[in-house]
Amino acid sequence: MSSLSRDEVARVAGLARIDLTDAELDRLAGELDVIVESIARVSEIATPEVPATSHPLPLSNVFRADEPVAGVDRDAVLAAAPAAEDGKFLVPQILGEEA
Amino acid sequence: MSALVDLVDYDEAVSRFDPVIGIEVHVELGTRTKMFDGAPAGFGEEANTSVTPVSLGLPGALPVVNEKAVEYAIRIGLALNCSIAESCRFARKNYFYPDVPKNFQTSQYDEPIAYDGWVDVELEDGTVFRVDIERAHMEEDAGKNTHVGGATGRIQGAEYSLVDYNRAGIPLVEIVTRPILGAGERAPEVARAYVQTLRDLFRALEVSEARMERGNVRADVNVSLRPTSADPLGTRTETKNVNSFRSVERSVRYEISRQAAVLDSGATVTQETRHWHEDTGTTTSGRLKSDAEDYRYFPEPDLAPIVPDRAWVEEIRAALPELPAARRRRLQGEWGYADAEMRDVVNAGAVELIEATVAAGASPAAARKWWMGELARTAKEQDVELADLPITPAQIGELQALVDAGRINDKLARQVLAGVLAGEGDPEAVVVARGLEVVSDDGPLLAAIDEALAAQPDVAEKIRSGNLGPVGAIIGAVMKATRGQADAGRVRELVLERVQA
Repeated sequence: MSSLSRDEVARVAGLARIDLTDAELDRLAGELDVIVESIARVSEIATPEVPATSHPLPLSNVFRADEPVAGVDRDAVLAAAPAAEDGKFLVPQILGEEA
Repeated sequence: MSALVDLVDYDEAVSRFDPVIGIEVHVELGTRTKMFDGAPAGFGEEANTSVTPVSLGLPGALPVVNEKAVEYAIRIGLALNCSIAESCRFARKNYFYPDVPKNFQTSQYDEPIAYDGWVDVELEDGTVFRVDIERAHMEEDAGKNTHVGGATGRIQGAEYSLVDYNRAGIPLVEIVTRPILGAGERAPEVARAYVQTLRDLFRALEVSEARMERGNVRADVNVSLRPTSADPLGTRTETKNVNSFRSVERSVRYEISRQAAVLDSGATVTQETRHWHEDTGTTTSGRLKSDAEDYRYFPEPDLAPIVPDRAWVEEIRAALPELPAARRRRLQGEWGYADAEMRDVVNAGAVELIEATVAAGASPAAARKWWMGELARTAKEQDVELADLPITPAQIGELQALVDAGRINDKLARQVLAGVLAGEGDPEAVVVARGLEVVSDDGPLLAAIDEALAAQPDVAEKIRSGNLGPVGAIIGAVMKATRGQADAGRVRELVLERVQA
């Protein structure tokens, strides 16, 4: 049985700004469902005594001293941007006219 | 632009509804570098010069946590009486906006570094109101958008926008209250005092310059109404980026009046973010961003969990400075001010000024007299903060020393003060330049006294016959003749000597 609907895949794709065709949605709904089911099985085995793991490495407190480093060369960075003006990144209109 | 909005008179609104508020305060930490990279976290640098591949979100760039920022966050948590997490993680808050270069903000979600605290907030009349803190978590600031084209410089109608990422990645701590219940009609005042209390705390803790006008401290204010305190919480609105104490108070008042009108009309309050407009004192609806509210948080894979060592936490706790409330109590005791006097001093923002003036040698009473008297009046006339007057505590100390040494009297001191405020230099220099020193040579005083006695023979006669009542009339005439530059006590002595001679 499917726990992940095609609509749900379309919604998540939309949130992530990924443009999917109908065919891709059909295929991914099935493939992602397999992944979700597999994770669900793992969840059945995990008990409250097993803490959730977000990292495979047994590391914690990886810190950096509060010492400044040189920044990158602005002109080089802006040259790689699609558009720039006055030392700033230029982005297209964010909102349309006020409704 | 926007349609007229129905408002219910504030007093009426709070007589029929119970307001509940909740406040999120963001504070930019005063670390030297950003939260996850070594780019300098300065202010006023040229655009896009304080950036590294990490703060630009370039592919492959790896963040590393700034240890100082974690220490500051723990300091804030402890000062807010919070528990410090045994272990906590960062999470990605995913959304697309040009000022977020990575397309996610690195924040904390279900595991904040500090939680379950409280802070006592003192209102202007001395009432203490306890605000419960739900959590304080670490995150990073976004860059800054400038909207180009369009009439207003606002995002609506702009043709395009320019982005400066200098601010992107500056460490933030976000402090979230639990719903603040029971404030009633004083909710706007509590909101303001709470933000003010946090600002003072950040400064005392030395974790931020906490300058409101630079946006170092920003508040999002949630307001909801319910018929009575026995009812469940109403639907809330969140007014974003309210960045001055006065605006915090005004925005809460406005939302209470607006929501009361919505409810009165039989409609329901829409849960939404609203924008605050400083110029009109109103809020307007933000974008309805149903889907955009789904941030799809997940643990940040590039950052290891933070497990604050208990010894470290206790070390930070032991090194906490004296906090503002305790400091105020201590200073009040040292200065011998009455409760009401101290409250006025606090409300006028004069604690530091008086402390520095006392340090400069003035008595606490004299320091209070100057700052809360002449200077408070001047500040009010000019509509500026006391601290922004062009005069320093050291100069007030010097002025009072001149009075104490008898070189000027109170009346002359006020003229000297005016001179200092007018930029004529330190008190000593003003005294010399304006020739304001008290006439200490008896010669000119005696001449003026003789003249005054001759001009008012009846008064002279009364004094001679032992009635000292009208002596003030003679002293007054002498002070006038010397343009106030006489020592009134000395004049009195001389008058009595003269009459009896």
